[in-house]
Amino acid sequence: MAEIRKAEGIGDWFDQRLATKKLTKVLMTEYWIPKNINFLWAMGVVLVVLFTILIISGIFLLMYYKPDVKLAFDSVNYTIMQEVEYGWLWRHMHGVAASAIFLVIYIHMFTGIYYGSYKKGREMIWLTGMALFGMFSAEAFSGYMLPWGQMSYWAAQVITNLFGGIPVIGDALVIWIRGDFAVADPTLTRFFMLHVLLLPLVIIVLIVVHFYSLRIPHVNNQESEDIDFDKESDKYLAGNKKESKVVPFWPVFLSKDFFVSGAFLVFYFYLTFYHFDFAMDPINFEPANPMKTPAHIYPEWYFLWSYEVLRGFFFDVGPMAAMDIGLAAFGFANVIFMVFPFLDRDPNVAPAHRRPKFKIWFWLLLIDMIVLTVYGKLPPMGINTYIGFVAAVSFILLFVALPFITKCDAKHTGGVK
Amino acid sequence: MAVKQSRRDFLGMAFGGVAAVGGAFSLVAMKKTWDPLPSVKAAGFTTVDLSPLEAGELRTITWRGKPIFLLKKTDEMKKEESRDVVVGDANYTVVIGLCTHLGCIPNWYPATKQFKCACHGGEFDASGVNTFGPPPRPLDIPPFKIDGTKLVLGEEGPEYKKLVPKA
Repeated sequence: MAEIRKAEGIGDWFDQRLATKKLTKVLMTEYWIPKNINFLWAMGVVLVVLFTILIISGIFLLMYYKPDVKLAFDSVNYTIMQEVEYGWLWRHMHGVAASAIFLVIYIHMFTGIYYGSYKKGREMIWLTGMALFGMFSAEAFSGYMLPWGQMSYWAAQVITNLFGGIPVIGDALVIWIRGDFAVADPTLTRFFMLHVLLLPLVIIVLIVVHFYSLRIPHVNNQESEDIDFDKESDKYLAGNKKESKVVPFWPVFLSKDFFVSGAFLVFYFYLTFYHFDFAMDPINFEPANPMKTPAHIYPEWYFLWSYEVLRGFFFDVGPMAAMDIGLAAFGFANVIFMVFPFLDRDPNVAPAHRRPKFKIWFWLLLIDMIVLTVYGKLPPMGINTYIGFVAAVSFILLFVALPFITKCDAKHTGGVK
Repeated sequence: MAVKQSRRDFLGMAFGGVAAVGGAFSLVAMKKTWDPLPSVKAAGFTTVDLSPLEAGELRTITWRGKPIFLLKKTDEMKKEESRDVVVGDANYTVVIGLCTHLGCIPNWYPATKQFKCACHGGEFDASGVNTFGPPPRPLDIPPFKIDGTKLVLGEEGPEYKKLVPKA
């Protein structure tokens, strides 16, 4: 048992019981971050800020939302939007943050890919990050269902139907997930549960593991320099702050992050107040109608690229049906980023501009994903189907080529270190 | 020493075994809680009278929350022995109106006598057979029984059983 003395103050009282001074050192003032980073390294903290906004706005929406097919639409579009004071604000903040969080997730992800921050001990950071991406996707999908408009209903119909593509158990699985033959009241209520309880819990646990997985390999830096953190932190603590290559997480690193977060929040609130409609599809202001499919349905922008991979394959190849090829490609697209660290065969960590072939590969991937996103939104007719097909095939080929390209780079850049 | 060790092993295995059985049972309970409720599964049978249908005109009714397309074929439309529901001297297309790709409702275009799905561009002919795009199979035929000029949806009559292996 610890030796408890008369406390010298409230801080000391807590320190004797919770070791708060030690804890602050470990988590904040002696958690070391490299100096040589840019604003892209602030995206993690921006994501934490957005997730906090989602939780707070979600709590207020939860007070009036009703997860019942007869009440859901009006509870959102009448009660929350018109009766509840500032209800519109919570809804728009929630909707815009859900969309913005995906923008920042993609920036965060591509920063990691560009600087090679997923290998040589950093694999767990990447894996937990991709698990978070998956959970946020499920969270976005289940949340989109809740207002129970036409887009909510038909997105739910299409996405739950995807599970029908699984061999043998597919059809039964779809009915099991929905709790009914079609998307109906039991579906809404159970996805409501997932959205407000189970998925946020899983996300919070994953965030903790994601942060923890950074501790041992440390944060990467712009030049992918292998920093001796013990030596550099000793320099910093000894007063050689200028010479040291690292800074403490608090207050030095976070002060920079707060600035970036502040700039981002200006943009975010500009969207919330003046362009909230970009996260509100007009079709979704029509109540759900199982007897009428909207003329043209598409997912939110952040799912368009994988949606386009899904529908890019529109013809049968030999014995394989177009739908099964599309589903397989869609499955591939959703899993392939997860195994990224194991497809990169170059053992060295380096930013893309120092990797001759990988650099080209990186920009091709980014362009291809933008093309997929643009064509995912356009109706599937005429030339669009062919461009979508080429972009979908390119996406798969890029990942097939990745191990060879990185291996080749490793040879040319010496490989040994 | 060895005796002590195996006793501990036994305790560990016994504890683990009980926990595993308990865990397996609770998984079953959780799975069953997600199952469709009996009231949902029993969701009734729908009876529809085919005699007022006009040839070439699509009618949509609801069965188990899903749209059902009823189409009395005109003389120009090809008869599809393996799929048509024959009542009296007329052939009918009776299908679940959900695209077999991902479940959107296709629209009927009387001019070209086609069903077209707006979601991913799938097309079906007047018999509900897929002719273009991602749908992997023709539109599904719901279980039915013929009762005079009426159709009982949800019950498997002899005519349905004859169609199914062929469709």
